Amino acid sequence: MTTDAATLPARVAIGHKGGFVYRFAPIAAVVVFLLVCWYALAVWLNAPLVIDQHTRDETSWTARDLVVGTWSMERPVLPAPHQIAENLRETVFNTPIDSKRSLVYHAGVTVSATLLGFVFGSLLGILLAVGIVHLAALDRSLLPWIIASQAVPILAIAPMVVVVLGNLGLDGLLPKAIISMYLCFFPVTIGMVKGLRSPDPLQLDLMRTYSASQAQTFRKLRWPAATAFLFTSLKVAIATSLVGAIVGELPTGAQAGLGARLLSGSYYGQTVQIWSALVMASLLGLGLVFLVGMAERLVLRSQGAPP
Amino acid sequence: MTHRYPTILAIVLMALGLLVPVGETGWIGSGSALACGLLSCAAVAFCLLPGLRGREHVVSGAALLLGAAAPLLLLRGAGPFGVEAPGLWLFVAGLMLFLWQRLEVLARLPGRGIAALIAPGLFGVAVLYLWQIMVVGFAVPQVLLPSPAQVGHVLATRMDILWPDFRQTFLKAVVAGFATGSSLGFVVALAADRVPFLKRGVLPLCDLMSAVPIVGIAPIMVMWFGFDWHSKAAVVAVVTFFPMLVNTLAGLSSTDAMQRVRNGWH
Repeated sequence: MTTDAATLPARVAIGHKGGFVYRFAPIAAVVVFLLVCWYALAVWLNAPLVIDQHTRDETSWTARDLVVGTWSMERPVLPAPHQIAENLRETVFNTPIDSKRSLVYHAGVTVSATLLGFVFGSLLGILLAVGIVHLAALDRSLLPWIIASQAVPILAIAPMVVVVLGNLGLDGLLPKAIISMYLCFFPVTIGMVKGLRSPDPLQLDLMRTYSASQAQTFRKLRWPAATAFLFTSLKVAIATSLVGAIVGELPTGAQAGLGARLLSGSYYGQTVQIWSALVMASLLGLGLVFLVGMAERLVLRSQGAPP
Repeated sequence: MTHRYPTILAIVLMALGLLVPVGETGWIGSGSALACGLLSCAAVAFCLLPGLRGREHVVSGAALLLGAAAPLLLLRGAGPFGVEAPGLWLFVAGLMLFLWQRLEVLARLPGRGIAALIAPGLFGVAVLYLWQIMVVGFAVPQVLLPSPAQVGHVLATRMDILWPDFRQTFLKAVVAGFATGSSLGFVVALAADRVPFLKRGVLPLCDLMSAVPIVGIAPIMVMWFGFDWHSKAAVVAVVTFFPMLVNTLAGLSSTDAMQRVRNGWH
C-alpha cells in the first residue's frame, strides 16, 4: 500500500477527484460505521437472552462472556455479520447444489422465476408503450390506469394470482413469473413512453419530409432514441422482478426459492437463515442489475455512444 | 369522417348479435334486453348522420348506456350461457368496438380538468363491465374470481369489518411508518448535502439498496417489533427512507452556486 502510494502521483493517492481513495474512502467509512453499529446493536438486542440463559444455568458471567455470547447465539434476535457470512459459506459452498439445504439451489429457483417474469414484463411494457405512443385513445384512457395499477399492493394480489392460476392447472414457475411481470412492466412502460417520445419535433418533421411511414419513423428514429431509456428502466425492472418472484414465493408456502427460505426461517425462528437468504437475494439483485448494465454498455456502444 | 367504417362494423356486429341465437330462448326471452339492444343499434346508426356536432356525444353516450344495459338485462333472467350464446358475445364485441371508436374521438378533444377524466373513466368502467359480463356469462366460480358487483356489495355492506382494518393498516402503520421513514430520509439527506464526504459514502450504498428486495425484511421486523402495527410501520419506514433520501439529495444538489449564494446558504 505504501509503496503503491509512493509510486502514484501524490494527489491521486490522497484524494484527487476521480482517484481511488476519493471514491472509495467515504463508502468504506460508511460501511465500517454501519458494521460497528450492527455489532453494537447485536449486543444490545441479544443481551437479554444471553443473561437469561446464564441466570437459568446459575453461572457467573463477565462483560467479555456477554459480548462473545451475543455474537455466537444459535437463534439470535439479530445475528452478527460474521455469523451470516459463516452461514452463507456453509450453504453456498459446502452443500451440494441439488440439496434442499443449498442456498444456490433456492437462488436458482428464484432467479428462473425472476428472469421469466422479467422477459414477460419487459415485452408487455414495450408493447404497451408502443401502443400508447401511437394510439391517442390508449394514451388518454390507459395511462392513468397503468399508474393506478401500481398502487394495488402486490402482496394482496399475489395469493389471488396463485390461486386462480393453480385452478387453471398452472403452478410452479408461472404464477411467480406473472407476479414478477405485474411489478416490472410498469417501469418499462413509463420509461419507454418517455423514450419513444424523446425525439424532438425537428427530427420528427425531418422524417415527415422524407415521407417516412409511421413504421419507418419508429424503426429508424423512435426506437434508437428510446434505447437508453429502455435500459435505465430495465435496470429498475429486473430489481422489482426479483422482489416479485420472492413475494410470489411467500403465499404459496413454496417448497423452494429464497422467499420460501425467508418464510421457513421465520416459522422456525432461524434468524441466521433469514438473514443469509436476504443477503443472497441482495447479491442476486446486484448481480442482475450489473448484467443489465453490461448489456446496456454493449448495446449503447454498438450504437455509437462514447465508451 | 375517418371513423365511419369502424362504426359501421360495430353496427353490423351488434345487429348480427341480436339475430344470432342466444341460449335456448334467445333475445326474445327477455323483451327489455331486446328493446335496449335495438335502441342501442339505432342510436349508433344515428351517430353516422352528418352535421350532428355536439349532439353526437349525447347520442353516442345514450347508445353506450343502452348497449351496456342489454346484456345485463339478458343475463339477469336466464342462467349462464357460456359459449352457447354467440349472439351475446358478438353484441358485446360490437359495443366494445363502438366504445373504442368513441375513446379515439374523446382523446382528440382538447380537454382539461374534469373533461380529461372522461376517457380514462370510460375505459375503467368498460373494463369492470367486461369483467362483470364475463364472470356472469361464463358462470366463473366465486372462489376463483368474484364479479365486480359482488365485490362492490361486500364493500358497501361490510364497512364494519373493513373500517377497523383500514385504521390498523393505514392510520396506524402507514402514517407512522411514512412519517418516520421520510423524515429520517430528509434529515440524512440534509446532512449528506452539507458533508460531501458523507454524500459520497451514502449515495453508492443507496444505489445498492435499490436492488435489494426490501420485502424480505418483513419477517425480521415482525420478530423485532411484534405482531401489532409497529412491525408494519417499521417496514414502511425502511421502504420510504431510501427514495426520500436519494431524491431529496438530488433536489438539493440541483441548485446551482448562484442560487445558493443569493440565499446565503452554501
